[in-house]
Amino acid sequence: MDWQGQKLAEQLMQILLVGFAVVAFGVGYTIGSFQMMLLIYAGGVVLTTLITVPNWPFFNRHPLKWLDPIEAERHPKPQPAVVPTKKKTSSKSHQK
Amino acid sequence: MHSFGYRANALVTFGVTILAVMCAMASLSDNLNFPSPTAHIQVMNVNWFQKQPNGNDEVSLTMNITADLQSMFTWNTKQVFVFLAAEYETPQNSLNQVSLWDAIIPSKERAKFWIHTTNKYRFADQGSNLRGKEFNLTLHWHVMPKTGKMSADKIVMTGYQLPENYR
Repeated sequence: MDWQGQKLAEQLMQILLVGFAVVAFGVGYTIGSFQMMLLIYAGGVVLTTLITVPNWPFFNRHPLKWLDPIEAERHPKPQPAVVPTKKKTSSKSHQK
Repeated sequence: MHSFGYRANALVTFGVTILAVMCAMASLSDNLNFPSPTAHIQVMNVNWFQKQPNGNDEVSLTMNITADLQSMFTWNTKQVFVFLAAEYETPQNSLNQVSLWDAIIPSKERAKFWIHTTNKYRFADQGSNLRGKEFNLTLHWHVMPKTGKMSADKIVMTGYQLPENYR
């Protein structure tokens, strides 16, 4: 799942759960059935799980573009040339 | 949110939080209900009235209990426990309560009832104070909600009197 897919999954999850909760409470209160409220909400949670938890293709529409290997070779990593000198100085100071 | 486990965890956590909020709202919605229960009790007969060998007075009553408790049922009510108590004053105790009858009402349909019964539990005094005693019959109830706090209330019915002599 790419970055935008993750954002979409989280927003979908929150919106769907709150939406189902509002509908469930409204219906339950109107028809006076606590059980109906719980059933609607449980159905909503299952549906939300199916939509947002698996790694569906539509969460992968914005893949990251990695640099080509050639591009990386043109800008090589800085060599760790400074580190040994630093170590020397530190060890010297320690000897003092 | 990058893995299956993280998404499942986030969903369950948020889902349970919302469920708690819904239950709290259901509990709060009970405050919109203003019950107006009615009850009426007739003492039909004093079956017997005697002094036990240990000196305590005991009486047996036959009663007609009529009550309409439907208005205390809301969508968040699991059941209502109701009991009838005889309440009177003696020189030793300012309030004596003797439970005479009780019932569990499981649904609104069964909350409007009429019952002809003798006292289910023994009406015995701590001592010998019942002759000619004026007493109240009080219908107490405890409302047990599906979520939220239990509540209790009562209806006091006055003006009952026991006979002057044992029989």
